[in-house]
Amino acid sequence: MIEMIKGFLILTGALFMLLAALGILRLPDLLTRMHATTKAAALGVILIMLAVAVHFGEVAVVARAFAIIVFVVMTAPVAAHVIGRAGYFVGSKLWSGTVKDELRPNYDPLTHELKSGLETEANAVHQPRESDPS
Amino acid sequence: MDTVILISQVLMSFALILAFVRVVRGPSLPDRVVALELFASIVVGMVGVYAIKMDVSSFLDAAIVIALMGFLAAIGFARFLERGGPRDD
Repeated sequence: MIEMIKGFLILTGALFMLLAALGILRLPDLLTRMHATTKAAALGVILIMLAVAVHFGEVAVVARAFAIIVFVVMTAPVAAHVIGRAGYFVGSKLWSGTVKDELRPNYDPLTHELKSGLETEANAVHQPRESDPS
Repeated sequence: MDTVILISQVLMSFALILAFVRVVRGPSLPDRVVALELFASIVVGMVGVYAIKMDVSSFLDAAIVIALMGFLAAIGFARFLERGGPRDD
């Protein structure tokens, strides 16, 4: 029974990793590629570490496996957010079939200023700050 | 169990090859950074499977370190990219 659970966890984890790699190879632009890799690869790591925990069954090893799981769950979204933000800032091209880029009309790439669409004349005036990029 | 481990190792090696194709083909630097992060994730999985195969739990420490390095590399590359401003590659 434990062998079956282990085998199932390992195989599904490996399959999810293969799916992530297929996604990064086949999808058309940066954001869709990140959508494929961050979730599928994190899920693959989680499943394989669960298999490790089931296989060894000792407190020290299970704690380390769960430490890896918690680490991956915490860092994968942060890394994806940071890379996606950097990719948008450096102007990586979107796929030609993209329907709508909602950030484009509200965002000034030079000053990194974001508009909400609810500005009045008074609060829409640009206030230069020390931290502004030149 | 041995066949399951062999199949999963083949699948993950194939995934590594596909990710490597994306690292080589680019087209832009953020794409390569995403592919390198995927590399780190797949290697963590491979180390886990190898720990099961060899029945040695110490390999998990290496997996922790690899996961940490992948995350830090992603953060560092993103900082470097943002510092550089718009680019066309």
